[in-house]
Amino acid sequence: MERQTSMQKVQGVLHKYPWLSPLIVLVIALILFYFANSRFLLPGNLSFLTQQTVIVGTLAIAQTLVILTAGIDLSIGAIMTLSQMVMANLAVSATASNVLPIAGQNPWISIFLGILAGVLAGALNGFLIVRFNLPPFIVTLGTLSIWTAISLLLFKSRTIQEPELPDALKWLGSTIKIGGFNLLYGVIVMLIMYAIFGYILRNTAWGLHVYAVGDDPAAAQLTGISTKKVIFSVYLVSGLIIGIAGWVTIGRVGSASPNIDPQINLDTITAVVIGGTSLFGGRGTLIGTLIGALIIASVENGLSLAGFDQAYRVLAVGILVILAVAVDQWIRKVKA
Amino acid sequence: MSTDLSTLTPIVEGRNLVKTFGRVVALDGASLQLFPGEVLAVVGDNGAGKSSLIKCFSGAYSPDAGEMFVDGEQVAFKSTQEARNHGIETVFQTLAVAPALDIASNMYLGRELRKPGIMGSVFRSLDKKAMRSQAEAHLKNLGISTLQNITQAVETLSGGQRQAVAVARAAAFGSKVIILDEPTAALGVNESAAVLRMIQDLRDRGIPVILISHNMPQVFEVADRIHVARLGKRAAVVTPQTASMNDVVAIMTGAMTVPESEQQLTPVRVPATPSV
Repeated sequence: MERQTSMQKVQGVLHKYPWLSPLIVLVIALILFYFANSRFLLPGNLSFLTQQTVIVGTLAIAQTLVILTAGIDLSIGAIMTLSQMVMANLAVSATASNVLPIAGQNPWISIFLGILAGVLAGALNGFLIVRFNLPPFIVTLGTLSIWTAISLLLFKSRTIQEPELPDALKWLGSTIKIGGFNLLYGVIVMLIMYAIFGYILRNTAWGLHVYAVGDDPAAAQLTGISTKKVIFSVYLVSGLIIGIAGWVTIGRVGSASPNIDPQINLDTITAVVIGGTSLFGGRGTLIGTLIGALIIASVENGLSLAGFDQAYRVLAVGILVILAVAVDQWIRKVKA
Repeated sequence: MSTDLSTLTPIVEGRNLVKTFGRVVALDGASLQLFPGEVLAVVGDNGAGKSSLIKCFSGAYSPDAGEMFVDGEQVAFKSTQEARNHGIETVFQTLAVAPALDIASNMYLGRELRKPGIMGSVFRSLDKKAMRSQAEAHLKNLGISTLQNITQAVETLSGGQRQAVAVARAAAFGSKVIILDEPTAALGVNESAAVLRMIQDLRDRGIPVILISHNMPQVFEVADRIHVARLGKRAAVVTPQTASMNDVVAIMTGAMTVPESEQQLTPVRVPATPSV
């Protein structure tokens, strides 16, 4: 047995714990931004940081599941917008709604139907991918445009403003004060979802099959796993997560707009990739994704506190993504 | 030791199997018999139909015509899962392992164990402890000791170790028959030797093996009988004692034919008492 070099040891450890490299990046970022502006680590700013994380962080759970199967979901932002427009337009009074005949529903039923819209949209992605053997990139690129257009056409391109929305829809925008820290309900929901899906991925057969299908679909099929069922269910479940994220977003933003944040799809992919999940599937963790989402928010928040232009944030995230993929490629070459 | 070999029922049998892909005839009335306790090698040139033949038994293909039997009972497999339910386990050439998952997870992939009680039934929690300890026991049973850590990812293993995991998975689940498709094709000398030992171990434990191989010396080392496929049919069945390697190559290429009376269509080995 030849001795391992220290570099190989590092490689081996990073390979075993894929969330370790993003954690190191996050800690370094927190320290750097603290030295740039000591306000960065004050409770008030930290709670703002978690609030900045919540939308991308919740959506990135869905993106992680999809990327673990070696897929990709470009329609996440569009489905989330669809979900929140369905909720908002059903819940508000007829005068405020963009679709008069169905307005004025019970807010909780509206939330349920909005999330259901997300589930159905996710199921459509899964159906097209599995049934017609189409690449996820193309399918979700298509549904991105389709749902964007439908949201705009159906809901008349009008934002539903905060005063018009019933409290139930804005509920996740409330906060609990813990010392100087304002904990957003939406952040709690996000963390609960990380815990639930983290458990499912680690401790259930379905979770194991998600990894196996992304790792080597042919092998998974031969061991008796129905790869089609697994892939379809992943897109369906991701639709559910995106629907819930729609509700979280209304709480965080305070209004419901049919205009999609153009950055959102890329940000979810960035969070997943920075978080150590491989774009080639079969490798990665949800906790890594959460760290990835925190890194994006820290860079955004820290750079603006340090007085940098918004463009530097985009620059920094771009560099991080390429670094993350390069590190992933290196780690994948690990030897026993 | 007074078993009358001529009265043994084949554990797996195919009669006149036909499989076509468009105008390509992969199997043209092929037959195969595997008897309890023996190692049957299946050899043949590329395109002779040995892979298609094996895929019928492992459930990956369903034949267009012909009959298949397991323990004398007629069967028709629609999936690898159905073949597995009849006790036929296949180790495919690609091994069908998930590289990023650990050894125990791979051995139980597709038939995971859940925790007892509410954690298993409601929360669907996997019993990782049980899977690990049982996987370890299975590997030990097979005499595979080169794997130190059952939680190691399969991608960190050598080719031979991966093969060992795939074979152990096949052998672990009370299987009646194990089919190995080119198990040594990607292995070095030492690793090949380990796999051959494993095949002999399986046979000694009473599990019959179908071995598909290109490697004549290996076939002659472990096989009890050698099934030679040619042009989608069974050209002959010989034994390492009655035929030389050159004879087998000659049968494969059609340069030699063996009259049925000189073939070894009945078993030659007294099956070992199954012990798992």
